[in-house]
Amino acid sequence: MSTRLQNGGRLIDRSQKVEFNWNGKRLQGFKGDTLASALLANDQVLVGRSFKYHRPRGIVAAGPEEPNALVALGEGGKYEPNARATTTELFDGLDAKSQNHWPTLEFDVGAVNKMMSRFFPAGFYYKTFIAPRFAWKHVFEPIIRKAAGLGPAPKAEDRDADTYEYFYAHCDVLVVGGGIAGLAAALQAGQSGAKVLLLEQYADIGGRAPVDGVEIDGKPAQDWIDATVKALEALPNVRVRTRTMGAGVYDHGYALGYERLTDHAPKIAGPRHRLWRIRAKQIVTATGAIERPLSFAGNDIPGVMLAGAVRDYAVNHGVSVGDRVAVATNNDDAYRTAIALKEAGLDVPVIIDARPVADGPLPTKAREMGIRVETGKAVSSVYGGKRVTSVGICSQAGEGTKTDEVACDAVAMSGGWSPVVHLWSHCGGKLTWDTDTAMFRPDPARPPLGDNGEGFVSVAGTANGHLDAAAALADGFAAGDAAAAVTGYKSVVKDASVASAEAEAPILPVWSMPQGMSKKLQMKTWLDYQNDVKVSDVRLAAQEGYESVEHTKRYTTLGMATDQGKLSNINGLAVLADSLNADIPQVGTTTFRPPYHPISMGAIGGEASRHLFKPLRRSPIHEWTDANGGFWEPVGDWRRPYCYQKDGESVKDAVNREILQTRDSVSILDASTLGKIIVKGPDAGKFLDMLYTNMMSNLKVGRCRYGLMCSENGFLSDDGVVARLDEETFLCHTTSGGSDRIHAWMEEWLQTEWWDWKVYTANVTEQYAQIAIVGPNARKVIEKMGVEDMDVSAEGMPFMTFADGKIAGIQARPFRISFSGELSYEIAVPAAQGQAFWDAALAAGAEFGMTPYGTEALHVMRAEKGFIMIGDETDGTVIPQDLNLHWAISKKKEDFLGKRAMERPDMVREDRWRLVGLETEDPNVVIPDGAYAVDGTTRPNGVKHMIGRITSTYFSPTLKRSIAMALVEHGPERMGETIKFARVDGTTINAKIVDPVFLDKEGARQNV
Amino acid sequence: MSNVISAAHGASFDGAVRVEDAGVKGMITVRGDLSSAKMAKAVKSAVGLGMPDARGVKVGTKGGVAWMSPDELILFCDYADADSVVAKLEKALKGEHFLAADVSDARALFTLTGDGVREVIAKGTPADMSVEGLPLGEMRRSRLGQVAVAFWLTEEGKLELVCFRSVGQFVYEWLVNAAAKDTLPNHL
Repeated sequence: MSTRLQNGGRLIDRSQKVEFNWNGKRLQGFKGDTLASALLANDQVLVGRSFKYHRPRGIVAAGPEEPNALVALGEGGKYEPNARATTTELFDGLDAKSQNHWPTLEFDVGAVNKMMSRFFPAGFYYKTFIAPRFAWKHVFEPIIRKAAGLGPAPKAEDRDADTYEYFYAHCDVLVVGGGIAGLAAALQAGQSGAKVLLLEQYADIGGRAPVDGVEIDGKPAQDWIDATVKALEALPNVRVRTRTMGAGVYDHGYALGYERLTDHAPKIAGPRHRLWRIRAKQIVTATGAIERPLSFAGNDIPGVMLAGAVRDYAVNHGVSVGDRVAVATNNDDAYRTAIALKEAGLDVPVIIDARPVADGPLPTKAREMGIRVETGKAVSSVYGGKRVTSVGICSQAGEGTKTDEVACDAVAMSGGWSPVVHLWSHCGGKLTWDTDTAMFRPDPARPPLGDNGEGFVSVAGTANGHLDAAAALADGFAAGDAAAAVTGYKSVVKDASVASAEAEAPILPVWSMPQGMSKKLQMKTWLDYQNDVKVSDVRLAAQEGYESVEHTKRYTTLGMATDQGKLSNINGLAVLADSLNADIPQVGTTTFRPPYHPISMGAIGGEASRHLFKPLRRSPIHEWTDANGGFWEPVGDWRRPYCYQKDGESVKDAVNREILQTRDSVSILDASTLGKIIVKGPDAGKFLDMLYTNMMSNLKVGRCRYGLMCSENGFLSDDGVVARLDEETFLCHTTSGGSDRIHAWMEEWLQTEWWDWKVYTANVTEQYAQIAIVGPNARKVIEKMGVEDMDVSAEGMPFMTFADGKIAGIQARPFRISFSGELSYEIAVPAAQGQAFWDAALAAGAEFGMTPYGTEALHVMRAEKGFIMIGDETDGTVIPQDLNLHWAISKKKEDFLGKRAMERPDMVREDRWRLVGLETEDPNVVIPDGAYAVDGTTRPNGVKHMIGRITSTYFSPTLKRSIAMALVEHGPERMGETIKFARVDGTTINAKIVDPVFLDKEGARQNV
Repeated sequence: MSNVISAAHGASFDGAVRVEDAGVKGMITVRGDLSSAKMAKAVKSAVGLGMPDARGVKVGTKGGVAWMSPDELILFCDYADADSVVAKLEKALKGEHFLAADVSDARALFTLTGDGVREVIAKGTPADMSVEGLPLGEMRRSRLGQVAVAFWLTEEGKLELVCFRSVGQFVYEWLVNAAAKDTLPNHL
């Protein structure tokens, strides 16, 4: 059984007990435990079920590479699936549950899948579910989704209770990893004066050196680590960040750090995770190495663990993973585990070493301690169900015939170590295969390149392939020195610290144990624990013609699980290489992509959730609208009221009431969101003549003109009223959604094409609250508000003019323009006084029953007048001519944006769909928005032939009937014809083609 | 002018730093030839300050001036004086090609005070907020989260931030969130 040892545990505090819940059971651990070490201390070796076969799975590793121990943490708003027990720090009240089993972890019905495993080979899904087509969506996928998978997603109604944030940091040298190499690099760079940021993923600094018994300057590594951390803290230019993982490296020295602030202590206030967005001149990755499993039969049975992890649990947490631990290895490092366990008083019945000879200092020491060492031997199979019971021994050279069996309750395996090259590789750093050490290591000649063509990432220590502590430490100093030098800081005297550890004999690459493993054993030999990929699957893929490692990965799902193949990739590609009779470097690795280890979606979103999810633009009248029945709809980034509901009133009734009030008397509209751009300069007129399809340069001062803007391709892009403020100055109104876009459009032309034209622009959209007073009584209201310094009478301010003066004591510029067809003044006042103006207008309008109207009333009224709306009548494919706006396209002008495009054959095609009005046969039936006109024929592809589509459709309370606008083939020529519009239920609606101006064709109402 | 309302309605918050809606402020966008003697004179007559260097911001007794781009400045003055400052500019630059526009109402202004102001802003801007990265006397036009802003320090521990009026309330709420107690990383 796995249990807590009497002594040891450098990271735990035995005086501080911590209680936690595991599948409803109350268990106990110590401060400093991870969830994994605490589970092992409570003899919970079985922690989950695998993805596909629901096989029992135990803890394998002690770090982020863990594939099996994925648990669900917390509940409700604190629930998180697929958290790694090995990186989850224990805290009081932690609540964890195992995943992917039914009904219980110990008894899982889904495990019958494993009996079927011969029927689930590589590519099974592709082979089985390709036909019949419909069956995938309706039969196979739902079943597979239920049976396979990890923790369920959080419930939609359970909002994440935590908050997250970003932090932007800038430094000269970013060091990722706080092992001895990273510390050395940070110290060296920091002492030279460079601004250094060191990230360490764990809560404590130092990495593996203390576990591995490394000595530095003749003393335990921990002494040097403590002194170095102190020295770093004393340097004002160095920052050390623990619980912060270097997650990704991107172009231009950009890196992401993932800081976990409260995962270990949820009671701490503040954000749970902080995403560090770092801009570094140089990045040193000192990310260590990950141990590889050995590929032998039964290597997924709970109790089979990485040798380094077994040592970690014993040394760091005082936890034994078993009373009798057999060791299987191809290298000397695993002997450290055997020795550590023996020293802790545990039994190591056998060390099975695939190498023919093992006589270095470590094996010698193990033998001297009385441990049985079997060289040239392999594990034939591990026995056990939910727990290891024994291990079979065979010759490494053979096919796996068992020659001996040794009882044990855990197996510590080591297939060698793979440098963590992920961060080096994220941005294009290349790897080289080192045959002597059997590992991919960074190729310093091919680093990720920065903007100057030079490398901006270097690698230090074990991550650089230096498994020997002495070389790793020296490499760390050198990397720190070099990185500082590149960023302009002179080298200081190098630290003389020297590390030492027992010498190790060379590794024997072992990708298959035993060498000639039979087919039967291959089917029990796991490569990818999380996704259930076996040696037999990779061999089958190779046999079926998969040569590329990327294709094999996707076909077999090797390395596609949440651990991204940290344990399985190298073993898998080695098996593939062997199957293909190729060398390992020829097969290569799959691509390393950020993040190194899954990071929370919350951290990615940062602070942008809840009320900060998306910026909301508020008009000066926003608060009033919110408090007065405004029924909001999004318009660009603004909110605008669709209508203003009175108590108990439906939205539809409110809209109709607002329209009739406007037509009968007077209403008020908040039009502040309208874009307003000042265009000024001697060439301003010429510039606007290019931007608008019609002529603007001949507009008289004090007057307004409606204009259209097109893209270079002739398509309508925006419209609005232009006012000429003085000889050199124009004020261009744009649509609400178009202000920023059109301003940028103007600047682009001015800065890239017409840079020598004397024109300046300024976007003054938000300077003004624009408030429209609309309706037959509009002038009376304004006059009642008190007009100074201008004349707003019919004669003094005719239609399409403006003036400057004061209304209600507030500086105001009324424009006599109308989007409703009524007498209308759109009045611009300083935004900060917008609410005051609004209040004054409402007070003055009270006697006329004046009320505000929203965007829907605005839409209906403009449709009654046949006015087009950008985004309704246009969709990016519509040209002004389609909308019968020929009158707004200048024939005199030599050029304007879109002019030449309008001459393209498709633009002058006589059967383009063009704008018409529609009246339904039944005046009460409103045609659905976007409905297509059909002529009753069918196209060769079986689709109904369409001859037009609805662009706007409303019930007009003014006309007491349904009205619509549509783009129809030969539309204007078919005036009076009745055409059909299809509904989704297959029926059609008859509508008569009419003039799109339904109300007041002469424009008498607005011109009073 | 009692009827003048600033975007965040004068709100304030005390957290890791103090966040205040600084009320309305006169702001004038000026575009033109920044290298011309006439422009320098116009700025001097308007706010009593010399031309700022690239990215520079100057504050004096009559107002302030900040460099926005190679052909754009922003001038600061009392809200009530904006019209007269525009008038002064127009007079001084008569005959030149330039643009001067009162944008006082189009902006919101916030003041942050406290030791951690650089860190609060560093939660949202990719600009370097270290003392070396943003020295006193320089302004950054950048973003805060998803919103365009400009900011500068008038002294260590005091930061002014300008954004568009329509997002003033949003930016205030953003700042309150970022300035929550005990959430600063103590990095800078």
